[in-house]
Amino acid sequence: MSKVYLVLQDNDVSRYILEAVEEDNPEITIIHNPAMIRIEAENYMVVNRETVEEKLGRDWDVQELHLNLVTLGGNVDEDDERLTLTWNE
Amino acid sequence: MSIEIKTSTLEPVRNTFANLQRRFGDKPATRYQEATYDIQPLVNFHYRPLWDQDRELTDASRTALQMNDWYAFKDPRQFYYGTYVQQRAKMQENAENNYGFFEKRDLTRLLPETVKGQLIRFLVPLRHVEHTANLNNMYCSSYGFGTALTQAFLYNGMDRLGVAQYLSRIGLLLDGNTGEALEEAKQLWMEAPYWQPLRKLCEEMLTTEDWFELFIAQDVVMDSLVYDLFFEQYDAALTEQGAQDIGMLTEFMRDWAKDTNRWVDAVLKIAVAESDANKTLITGWIESWRGQVAEALSAVSREMLGEEALNMALQNLDKRLAKAGIK
Amino acid sequence: MAAKKLNMKEKYRLLTRDLDWEFSYADRKKAFPFEEFEGIKITDWSKWEDPFRLTMDSYWKYQAEKEKKLYAIFDAFSQNNAHLNVSDPRYINAIKIFLTGITPLEYQAYQGFAHTGRQFGGVGARVACQMQSLDELRHVQTQVHAMSHYNKFFDGFKEWTHMQDRVWYLSVAKSFFNDARSGGPFEFLVAIGFSFEYVLTNLVFVPFMSGAAYNGDMATVTFGFSAQSDEARHMTLGLEVIKFLLEQHEDNVPIVQKWIDKWFWRGSRLLSVVAMMMDYMLPNKVMSWKEGWEVYFEEAGGALFKDLARYGIRMPKYAEQIRKEKEHISHQTWWTFYTYGQAAGFHTWIPTDEELDWLSEKYPNTFDKYYRPRWEYAKKLEAEGKRFYNGTLPQLCTTCQIPLLFTEMDDPTLTAHRCSHYKGDQYHFCSDGCKDVFEEEPEKYVQSWLPVHQIYQGNCGGPGLPEILQDYYRFEMGADNMDMKGSPDEARWKQWKGVA
Repeated sequence: MSKVYLVLQDNDVSRYILEAVEEDNPEITIIHNPAMIRIEAENYMVVNRETVEEKLGRDWDVQELHLNLVTLGGNVDEDDERLTLTWNE
Repeated sequence: MSIEIKTSTLEPVRNTFANLQRRFGDKPATRYQEATYDIQPLVNFHYRPLWDQDRELTDASRTALQMNDWYAFKDPRQFYYGTYVQQRAKMQENAENNYGFFEKRDLTRLLPETVKGQLIRFLVPLRHVEHTANLNNMYCSSYGFGTALTQAFLYNGMDRLGVAQYLSRIGLLLDGNTGEALEEAKQLWMEAPYWQPLRKLCEEMLTTEDWFELFIAQDVVMDSLVYDLFFEQYDAALTEQGAQDIGMLTEFMRDWAKDTNRWVDAVLKIAVAESDANKTLITGWIESWRGQVAEALSAVSREMLGEEALNMALQNLDKRLAKAGIK
Repeated sequence: MAAKKLNMKEKYRLLTRDLDWEFSYADRKKAFPFEEFEGIKITDWSKWEDPFRLTMDSYWKYQAEKEKKLYAIFDAFSQNNAHLNVSDPRYINAIKIFLTGITPLEYQAYQGFAHTGRQFGGVGARVACQMQSLDELRHVQTQVHAMSHYNKFFDGFKEWTHMQDRVWYLSVAKSFFNDARSGGPFEFLVAIGFSFEYVLTNLVFVPFMSGAAYNGDMATVTFGFSAQSDEARHMTLGLEVIKFLLEQHEDNVPIVQKWIDKWFWRGSRLLSVVAMMMDYMLPNKVMSWKEGWEVYFEEAGGALFKDLARYGIRMPKYAEQIRKEKEHISHQTWWTFYTYGQAAGFHTWIPTDEELDWLSEKYPNTFDKYYRPRWEYAKKLEAEGKRFYNGTLPQLCTTCQIPLLFTEMDDPTLTAHRCSHYKGDQYHFCSDGCKDVFEEEPEKYVQSWLPVHQIYQGNCGGPGLPEILQDYYRFEMGADNMDMKGSPDEARWKQWKGVA
């Protein structure tokens, strides 16, 4: 198994994104480092626009993720609805 | 006990970086200065590039123009990345409102059918010309010398991608997002006789080697004529035909040209004022490209606006050139 | 007629992908002349997948928002004299290395991606490179702006534009990027877009930046994370490039593998300086170099290469060597800089007892056995007033340009030294990796501007080392270089803090 990961800046918006990621990806590991939050999962992780919007209570464009993102690992696919990270085994 | 830090103990040791002290004296530098002057590597390169083995990776001899100090080319807008993107973000917000309004009110519906056809014939294919401008400015950024110039070329190159994308969106507004207008416009670009001289010249520009010559060809001559014809004169012609709403979709281009010409004129003026040799060189390039570009635009401008349009655009170009010291 | 709703992919394709055309009048190969000489075969550029479909309007919008936030912090930082909030003035020396060593790399990345952003024949890949070029320029400029305040209060920053082209250890970084840029456009993308961005820059921008935060350096962590948010796009571009090349033609596989082998090795050598910054220059510790390496290289890189195995790509050559080195390189590198402290444009020091204990704990296999005794000895000399400086010029590796300071991994008491002959001359290397890289393209590496050779040839002034440091490097002697103890930086810090 390989880990995909997403690292977010530790700020207010990130907390809502993290909540959304937790809800949509049951098996994730969250690691807090100074100023950043690292989220890991086995092979697959998704950030859904709809869930983030629900948590934030406002419209949210998937491209806005980049404002809070530090880094990521995995094959990326981004469209209007979601960003996914995948490793092929 | 409270500790009071006396301001005198927190006096800076120096006001700015040493290269800026040497250029401007020991005073606090602007962010433009810090982000621009002397930051490009100059000497002691390690390996000759496999793709240009006669020169260093960064080499002032990639143009015939000679400058005592390549950082003489101060950008009057003082754009570094941060000011550049923030300025463009403001412009794009305005453009977004305009495009949004146009789409929401379905203003395409109000356009006379003849105008729709005209837009596909004249305005939409221009995205390919802007794409050429994108590549040409990337060329100047990549092979040019001195960050003062090369960063401005990069901003210009990216701007042209932006303009090409806006022109594409005009196509999508016309065809209801099917992409048919873009296809039709591309076919015209590839085949219509009135576009071919310009397409030929675009292809030739992409093989021009001297980057400062390319700057003259693209940013000075071509842009001056194209923006005059397509975004000033043609805008006026559209208004006369009751299609003034298109002006909302091309406002970005007019604002952009105004902003950018300030920089283009400054570069030209500084280069010409540097030496007689530069002046002779630039005058020669201008003569050559003014003729070629005018010829390439002749058919499309006649088709779009009639006989006199190109002459008017040429007169405006000559006025700008005269201000820069070229008659 | 109601307009069809376009999704992001379709919109991007329509706005961007069809801008280019087949030439009828000029020779297209003359317009894009560098696509073939490396032997890479591209059969169909339209198969290129854009992972992020960022149009220019969105680019301006989001990047402007990032910049607004970033500069608000820079302004607040300098208005509040927030340099006083860093954990320890020694920390600032890591930031000096950043400005003089890493910022110039960002500049070369701007230049390199501008080159590929002009030269690739496929519009999708080209536009992605252009945006990266612009981002890299952003990184240069935001770094200079972040450091600007430090430059006003600390030594070692002010001549960065001059130093980048001359100082011996900065030549390591410069030659790395010169190497990538002087190759063809595809090698550059594999070198920088893939090998460097995908795996190695994470180590600089993630654990090190987290360390900056932990040491109270708001300005640096903010530009670091803000830059790295662009890097997420860049990493993805790097990965897409690799997949694209491997899918285009099977003949590309061995060429790409050869580049991966070379560039992972070159990159791991370059990062030895970051290793030392992590382990020795962050007074408040977040994680050791070894731990960072395990997460961002071994784990993340391992996942990546498992993913690429389906194309016939294997782990980089020397991966095993690299795995062993994580136990050693930070210690060997810092020791070298400490002993050449007069020739470094930043201050060096002996770790405190507490820091030595931390290193023992983090490196149980090696630190007490090989490295602690050196520091105990240095402490003794310092206590006797005999702080040690090495006055002889070291032998440099022809490929990576690092002094021969690394040891054999199977015997860490023995300095590694390899030789090769080319056209009657002998060349020296720090490792098998660097020797192999040389032997693959000797005609390239014989051109290396090796700082020590240049000094011996009289090209850097002199005659003595002090004149070279002062006049050619423009070090302010005793202020920019030498030990932290007794430096003007230290004296000012004490004055600001009101301690004796």
